[in-house]
Amino acid sequence: MVNTEVFSNFKNTVTIKLSLLPKFTEIKWLDIFKKAVNSLAVPLIALTVFLALWAAGAAQIQTSLGQVPGPVQVWEQAKTLYSEHREERVKEAAFYQRQEQRNARKLAKNPDAKVKILSYTGKPTFIDQIATSVFTVLVGFFIASLIAIPVGIISGLNETIYKALNPLIQIFKPVSPLAWLPIVTMIVSALYVTDDPAFSKSFITSAITVTLCSLWPTIINTTVGVSSIDKDLLNVSHVLRLNWMTHITKIVIPSSIPMMFAGLRVSLGIGWMVLIAAEMLAQNPGLGKFVWDEFQNGSSNSMARIMVAVFAIGLIGFALDLAMLMLQRRVSWDKNAVLR
Amino acid sequence: MMNKKQLEISHVSIEFATPGGPFKALDNVDLSIKEGEFVSLIGHSGCGKSTVLNIVAGLYQATSGGVILDGREVDEPGPDRAVVFQNHSLLPWLSAYENVELAVKQVFSGKKTKAEMKQWIEHNLSLVQMDHAMHKKPSEISGGMKQRVGIARALAMEPKVLLMDEPFGALDALTRAHMQDSLIEIQSRLNNTVIMITHDVDEAVLLSDRIVMMTNGPAASIGEILDVDLPRPRNRVELADNKSYNHIRAQVLKFLYERQRKPEEAA
Repeated sequence: MVNTEVFSNFKNTVTIKLSLLPKFTEIKWLDIFKKAVNSLAVPLIALTVFLALWAAGAAQIQTSLGQVPGPVQVWEQAKTLYSEHREERVKEAAFYQRQEQRNARKLAKNPDAKVKILSYTGKPTFIDQIATSVFTVLVGFFIASLIAIPVGIISGLNETIYKALNPLIQIFKPVSPLAWLPIVTMIVSALYVTDDPAFSKSFITSAITVTLCSLWPTIINTTVGVSSIDKDLLNVSHVLRLNWMTHITKIVIPSSIPMMFAGLRVSLGIGWMVLIAAEMLAQNPGLGKFVWDEFQNGSSNSMARIMVAVFAIGLIGFALDLAMLMLQRRVSWDKNAVLR
Repeated sequence: MMNKKQLEISHVSIEFATPGGPFKALDNVDLSIKEGEFVSLIGHSGCGKSTVLNIVAGLYQATSGGVILDGREVDEPGPDRAVVFQNHSLLPWLSAYENVELAVKQVFSGKKTKAEMKQWIEHNLSLVQMDHAMHKKPSEISGGMKQRVGIARALAMEPKVLLMDEPFGALDALTRAHMQDSLIEIQSRLNNTVIMITHDVDEAVLLSDRIVMMTNGPAASIGEILDVDLPRPRNRVELADNKSYNHIRAQVLKFLYERQRKPEEAA
């Protein structure tokens, strides 16, 4: 009797425990579901609302180029732009193949014949323009960072240098890229004279304009970061008598990396905006020129094509910022820092 | 214990420039410390205890008077006067090992081989019982552990004088007691010359050979010096009933809360 009682008690506890198990998993699933809703559904709903408002609003407006395109037309043009790019590539491949065959025939007839190798001169496609713009902004930004980080560190360390540089920085910081552009163009034209240019003048002009505009946020943020290093850490450096180089690499740079990256991200964002404007104004190859050409072209598809460019500019800007964030995560010592 | 006079704080006064004119923080602080002696500076907050320590460390320059270490005046910071800072001041991007390594490389490069340095770093970390977590970053260890690493870093410099600025002030009472016991143990082995700032009366009596009690600022100076002639090794539990321990403790308390009662507290 006693034994069975114990047994039945034991059985009860087992069943109770088992019945608890599915509950735990249910709760877990609920959590995952909630997270998914939060991280996916909310942005998706917002996006849908945006597209609906856009479609409804666009249908109301008639311009000289026809109705303002809605999401569907823009998506169509995005596909068209891509297929145009593919066609252009096919043409290019065909061109090179023909040239090769022609040259081979010539050489077969006469081994000493001089063969000409021409490069394809098709119109740059939308994708080509994107590639040009991205490359230009990265080069301009890289040069700017190469200058701005050391300048920021030095002026953060030295009060006198800061006082000397600060007025210049404050004056040049708010200058629009479009004001720089004519000057940069003239100077590049005057100084960059070679018979065999490695880079086109337009590329150098655009890149320098980007550089000039994306210097300032990095300089200012780095300066602030360096000049606000924890005083205790500076005391440690003094007590240890760290030399200048060790002081910079072990204390100054690691502790100012968050501020430095905040500046770099602002700089890259500004650089990207600046570049599009500069390309429009100077007719330098890139996305800006694409937008301007479409505007001048004035076909019924132009507005939709420009909108494709607008989205491309936005997405690339976002991607560039994300890339900087990932770089910051890699470089920064504080892996727990919330990065936005 | 050797009785050679090692460190002399000689008639030190300091004034800070403020918008309202110069502010005299210390007035004629005069103290000499023997080799191997453990001296505590105690006083109310704002009385200039830290300022004294910072002058000895060379982080501040005395307006008049000076600090003489082993017969030579010191007026700039250096590893011969290692500092244990109140809030550990470890470099957050370096592991415990690397934090100590930075100091060891600075002091011993050229004097020790790489292997010797590694051994020395590990020795000092095990001295403070941190050898189990030496490759952790400061953010991954507790406040008490950070302070242990801070002490290891200072000890690893083999300083002539170890300066401790309220080393356990930011810790909870239990951790603080553990740290004090560790420090007693380390001190019994290494017999360093130590100046420690504290506002904890028990801590001062438990650890010190002498307690220097400071008057309230401005123009603070040394009010009274108390010899703590309790036998070592000391044990906090045994001392709890010790007559002379309690007598010394009472004297410090009387100084702090009767004679040097802060004006705002009296009000």
